[in-house]
Amino acid sequence: MAMAELIRRFGPGLGGVILILVALWIVGMVLAPNLMMLNFSLKPNLFPSEIGGPKDQYTLLNYTALFSDPVHRAIFLKTVWGSALVTAITLAVTYPLAFWMAKVASVRGARAMLIALIIPFWINEVLRTLAWYILLAFNGPLNIFLQTLGIIDQPVRWFGDTGVLAGMVYAYILFMLFPIYNSISTLETAQIDAARDLGASTLRIHRRIVIPHAKAGIATGCVFTFMLAAGSYVAPALLGSPGSRWFTEIIYNWFFEGGNWNRGAAYALILLVLCMAVVLAALRLFRVNLADVAK
Amino acid sequence: MSHSVDLIDVEMVFGTVHAVRKLSAHIEAGEFFSILGPSGCGKTTLLRLIAGFNEPTSGKVLIGGKDMAGIPADRRPTAMIFQSLALFPLMPVWENIAFGLEARGVPKAGRRKKAEELLDLIALPGYGNRMVHELSGGQRQRVAIARALAVEPQVLLLDEPLSALDLKLRQHMRAELRALQKRTGVTFVYITHDQSEALAMSDRVAVMEAGVLQQIATPQELYANPATPFVARFIGETNEIAGKVTGVENGLASIDTAQGSFTARAGAGVTAGAAATLFVRPETMSCSRIAMPNSLPAKAVSLEYEGALAMLRAETDQGQVLLATLPNRQLADAPQPGERIWLSFAADEALVMGAGDGHG
Ligand SMILES: Nc1ncnc2c1ncn2[C@@H]1O[C@H](COP(=O)(O)OP(=O)(O)OP(=O)(O)O)[C@@H](O)[C@H]1O
Ligand SMILES: [Mg+2]
Repeated sequence: MAMAELIRRFGPGLGGVILILVALWIVGMVLAPNLMMLNFSLKPNLFPSEIGGPKDQYTLLNYTALFSDPVHRAIFLKTVWGSALVTAITLAVTYPLAFWMAKVASVRGARAMLIALIIPFWINEVLRTLAWYILLAFNGPLNIFLQTLGIIDQPVRWFGDTGVLAGMVYAYILFMLFPIYNSISTLETAQIDAARDLGASTLRIHRRIVIPHAKAGIATGCVFTFMLAAGSYVAPALLGSPGSRWFTEIIYNWFFEGGNWNRGAAYALILLVLCMAVVLAALRLFRVNLADVAK
Repeated sequence: MSHSVDLIDVEMVFGTVHAVRKLSAHIEAGEFFSILGPSGCGKTTLLRLIAGFNEPTSGKVLIGGKDMAGIPADRRPTAMIFQSLALFPLMPVWENIAFGLEARGVPKAGRRKKAEELLDLIALPGYGNRMVHELSGGQRQRVAIARALAVEPQVLLLDEPLSALDLKLRQHMRAELRALQKRTGVTFVYITHDQSEALAMSDRVAVMEAGVLQQIATPQELYANPATPFVARFIGETNEIAGKVTGVENGLASIDTAQGSFTARAGAGVTAGAAATLFVRPETMSCSRIAMPNSLPAKAVSLEYEGALAMLRAETDQGQVLLATLPNRQLADAPQPGERIWLSFAADEALVMGAGDGHG
């Protein structure tokens, strides 16, 4: 139908050209690289002279390697768990904020908060994360501040799990905030008043009225945040420590340092499959369909 | 039993907007009490003060004689029906109705049972498992009422609940609401900007304008004895003739106007020598071809049939348009457009009120 509409609008000539360009884009930029990745991932890592030789056979070794190597497996599981934690913390921080902005604050207050949150995002992700890098440094302002207050007497090593978590929560907060804020905004305020009037506690109002109404927004925010966190490179690279390596760093290493594209491709595809599984699980869990999320 | 509501010098200010001004009223327990006024006059604000969504800037709200200061909406013995109904679209009808019981910790079986009872009461048995969007406007209306009644409120607050319905259904629901109020004995505080609704249903009506209470009276009293020019204009149709009072005697005022001199009942605070306005209802005007006491000359302009009645439009020599309703039986002899006639009225059916605010 969309295709017929396109041809009616631009005529068969121009319409055909547009269609061919779109097809080329999908094949050239989406399909082909992914198929090549798939192909790579199913081949062993060989010297150039061996390619095409008897050792050049399809194999699942690159995939099974992840689960047989205890270090990589641990990092993979930690990335999954860490991303889930980032998602949960971001949700916990964002939901009250989104509710406040949508239903409690004056129009002016909500707008001021929105601007305060958006402005830092005009700076790119690397620089924003560098700001955290400076803030959390061993001799940095946070430690000095906490020491002067007497809360700690030794500087704390923030880099590592804490640093990565903080950096990611901050980096992805808007991706969680916007969908939730949007969906709560569409809730009729009188419904909250009515629930309150009928004697419902604040907790019950959220559990029975606000959250069910906002669940598509919440699912969208969680999916975004999880995928961004799982695929994050900057925050773990800058704010992490050797003990807090992220799965993306392993992939990077296979491609650019280990020189094993095949293994890298397999790991990257596993991450992709994981993210898709999370999306589907989240949709199931929240009982929303893809069309609601796309809205 | 139900509770009375007292408003004592209640004021509500939002920033620069003075939504309710020094308003005092007593609403009897078990009464059907309406608050009537044009859009934006502060009706919803007043209702929300009673419900406990807002605290008054000054003054007191008493329910059942108890001061409600500091008691939030969820702990007042009131239930509100919102202008938009505010039903919960993601819950089936029975959970909507039982929501207040759920909040009170009633177990599921008890909630379901109470919901079924209320569904019977509102004549929607078997509708419990429907979703709200599967109901018609009138059915939603009734579910909203059942949801409010489920918590057994002492006072039911209704914010223009019928405004979204079409005329036929509105008239039907009026009668139903009135019957429900009689049956349950709950105090109803009913907001509307539709005067016929207020007059048809209420024991007493409070008329508000721009945050100021104008009058509290029974519907009959409100119509026959409006306390202020605003009430006279707002309730029903009225003719107005401006003039100056020449004397007040035995409750009757004489007034000099550009159309002649007339005698009519004196409203409160009318004194000789003051500017005043004469108010005459169209149905108290009669039309004749000869001069009578209390009559003024005019020229018939048009006659509109409205079924049982006809509305005669006439113009005085000064160019003022006056209305008179003629009963059907007089229509055979009705004046033709352009014909010169006299319009007259009985002194005790017309009212002279001060031209100012009319308070006093
Ligand atoms: N939360 C608020 N903040 C500021 N002004 C308000 C607020 N609520 C009401 N007002 C103002 O108070 C006045 C009275 O409003 P209210 O809603 O009580 O009118 P109403 O009589 O219910 O009108 P309608 O018949 O249109 O519903 C209006 O001028 C309105 O703009
Ligand atoms: Mg209102």
